[in-house]
Amino acid sequence: MEHAINADRFTADAERTGWHDQALWFVRVKRDRMANALPEWEALRTRAAAIKAYVNANLAELLERFETQAQARGIVVHWAETAEDHNRIVLDLLRSRGVTRVVKSKSMLTEECHLNPYLEKHGIEVVDTDLGERIVQLRKEPPSHIVLPAIHLKKEEVGETFREHLGTEPGASDPQYLTEAARGHLREKFLAAQAGITGVNFAIAETGGFVVCTNEGNADLGVSLPPIHIACMGIEKLLPRLEDLGVFTRLLARSATGQPVTTYTSHFHAPRPGCELHVVLVDAGRSEIAANPAYREALNCIRCGACMNTCPVYRRSGGFSYESTVPGPIGSVLGPLREPKKYHSLPYACTLCGSCTDVCPVRIPLHHQLLSFRQTLAEKKLIPWTKRVGMRLTGKMLGSGWAYRLTGRLARWWVPKLPRFLVYSRLNAWGKQRELPPMPKRSFRELYRIEPPDDRRR
Amino acid sequence: MTDDARRRILERLKRVRRADVPLPGELPETIVFDDPRAKFAEMLRLVGGTPLDVADRDAARAMLAELPVVRQAKQIVSYVPDLVPGTPELDTADDPHALAGADLAVCPAEFWVAENGAVWVTDRQIGQRVSLFLAQHLILIVPGSQWAMQMHDAYRRIGSIDRPFGGFISGPSKTADIEQSLVIGAHGARSLHVVRIG
Repeated sequence: MEHAINADRFTADAERTGWHDQALWFVRVKRDRMANALPEWEALRTRAAAIKAYVNANLAELLERFETQAQARGIVVHWAETAEDHNRIVLDLLRSRGVTRVVKSKSMLTEECHLNPYLEKHGIEVVDTDLGERIVQLRKEPPSHIVLPAIHLKKEEVGETFREHLGTEPGASDPQYLTEAARGHLREKFLAAQAGITGVNFAIAETGGFVVCTNEGNADLGVSLPPIHIACMGIEKLLPRLEDLGVFTRLLARSATGQPVTTYTSHFHAPRPGCELHVVLVDAGRSEIAANPAYREALNCIRCGACMNTCPVYRRSGGFSYESTVPGPIGSVLGPLREPKKYHSLPYACTLCGSCTDVCPVRIPLHHQLLSFRQTLAEKKLIPWTKRVGMRLTGKMLGSGWAYRLTGRLARWWVPKLPRFLVYSRLNAWGKQRELPPMPKRSFRELYRIEPPDDRRR
Repeated sequence: MTDDARRRILERLKRVRRADVPLPGELPETIVFDDPRAKFAEMLRLVGGTPLDVADRDAARAMLAELPVVRQAKQIVSYVPDLVPGTPELDTADDPHALAGADLAVCPAEFWVAENGAVWVTDRQIGQRVSLFLAQHLILIVPGSQWAMQMHDAYRRIGSIDRPFGGFISGPSKTADIEQSLVIGAHGARSLHVVRIG
C-alpha cells in the first residue's frame, strides 16, 4: 500500500478534507482545555511513561501475577500467541456453550485480529455495540479512527445507512433521532445476546481484575445481561498496581475526547454469581516489540487517539489512507513493526512536526520513532529505489563542500532558464500543488562575503 | 494450546526482562480545590448530570418524591427502598433481563470525586448491576461526607477491591459518534441525578 496514493483519493474532495480536519481539530482543542486545567499534567504524563517503562521491562512477572490473582477470583485466563489463536479460543468458548448471538463493545484488539469475520464465518452473529462501530459495521467498513470510528462520515450518510438497515425516515439526519433509533435497535441485541465480548483498557497485576472505559455504557450492558463475558486484551495493557489507575484514568479521557473522565469506568474482578468471566491474553507480535529497544515504547500506547486528532497528515488524509487497524502516528509505528513490507510508506506520512509526541499521554517519542523507521526501512531496502538512490546522491552532495557549492551554483543558473513543464514535472515532488520560491541570484555565502555583518549598524 | 502459548510468551518476555527499571516513587503534587463540593457539582453538570444536595434522609425522601423522573416512572428498580420504593418484582429479580422495562433505577453509591463529577458504585448493595445501565433513568444516592479530591485519592480510598463489579459513573450515557454532536442517552441512562445526603 502507498499512503500518498490513498491520501490523494481522500483529498480529491477538498470540502470534505477541510471538514474532517476541523472535526478532529475540535477534539484536539477540547483536549488542550482539559490538559491546561491541570497543573500536574506534565508530571502525570511522566509518571505514566515511567509506569509503562516498568511494565515493558517486567511484563512476564506481571502477567504471571495477574493470572494467579485472576484465577483466585474465579476468572478463567487464556493465552494466545497469535491473532489466529485468539480467534480460535473465543470461537471454542462460544461454540462449546452453544452461543450464536454475541454483542461486542469496542476493542481495537479484536479489530486487529479480525475476530468479527472469523466468528461470522462460523455462524455466530457479532453485533458491535459502540454507536460509531455499529455504523461502520452496517456499512461493512473498518473504523477510521480508534476512538471516533465513524468520524469520516457525515450525518446524512449515517442517516442513509440507518434508513437501509434500521428503517429510519428517508432523509433523516438529526444525530439525536439517529442515536435514538440505534438505541432501540441495539437494546434488542443486548437483551437477546448469549455472550458479551469486550476489550480491556487496563488490567491490574496486583488485583487480577481489569477496567473497561466507555461513554455510552455499551460494554456494561453487553456483559451484565448474558451469562458469559469474554474480555480480550493485548499483553501490554497491564498495570502493576490498583493505584496506578489513578494516573491513567486521569489521562485517558482528557487526552481522548477532552472529558474529565470516561462516563463509565468499570472494574471487573470476578464473574457475576453463576456466570463466567474469561480473559484472553494476546501476544500477536507484542513480545517482539518489547524486545526491540528502539521501539518498545510503542507498547505504552493506551489507544486514546490524541496523536491522530493533532496530526496534520491524519486530519487531512483520513483514517482509511493508512489501511491499518490503528491509523495515524502510532499506527505508522505499529504497522511497519508488524509488517514492514506492507506498511513501508507510513513512516513517510509524517511531517516530523512533533505534535503527536507533545500530546501523547504516555510520552511515546512518536516522531523520533517515525524518523528512525525511515532509516530502518531504507537499510532493509523497503523504500522505492528512486528515493534510495536520490537520498544516497543527496547525502554525498551535502557531505562535500565543493559538490554542494557547485550544485547550488548550477541550480541558481539553470533552474530559472528551464521551461515550466520541466521544473514542475512528475520528478519534482516539491513542485506538486505549490509554487517553488524564486531562485536567489546569490548564495548565502556570497552575500556574506559582499556584506559582512556590521556590529556598528546593530 | 493455551499452555504452550503461555510458556512461549513468558519465555520470550523473560529473555528481555530488565531489572534496572524501577517503579516511580511519590506521586506528583496534585490539584486541590478550595470548594470540592462545588467543584463536584460543577463537573457533574458539565458532563450532563444533575447534582442534588440534601441535609438528611427525610429531606432526600421528600425531594425525590417530587422529582419528575420518579413521578413519571411506572417501573422502578430501587436498592434504596427507604428513599424511593421500587416495583417489588424488579428489586428481587434473579434474571437481569427482567429489568428490561425499568424506567428508573435508584442505587446506592459509596463516594463522590470532586475533580470529575464521578461517583464510585459497587455491586455490594445492588442486586442486579445491569440496573445501572439498563434503566431509562438513574439516581445515585451517596453520603455527602464520603468523597475524594481526585482519582489518586479515589483509588487510595478504594484500597482493595473485593466485589465482582465496581465502577466510576460520571454523568448519563452519552455519545458524539455522529458528526461530533453530543447526544445524551446513547445506550445507558438518559439522565443521572446524584443525591448527596449530608
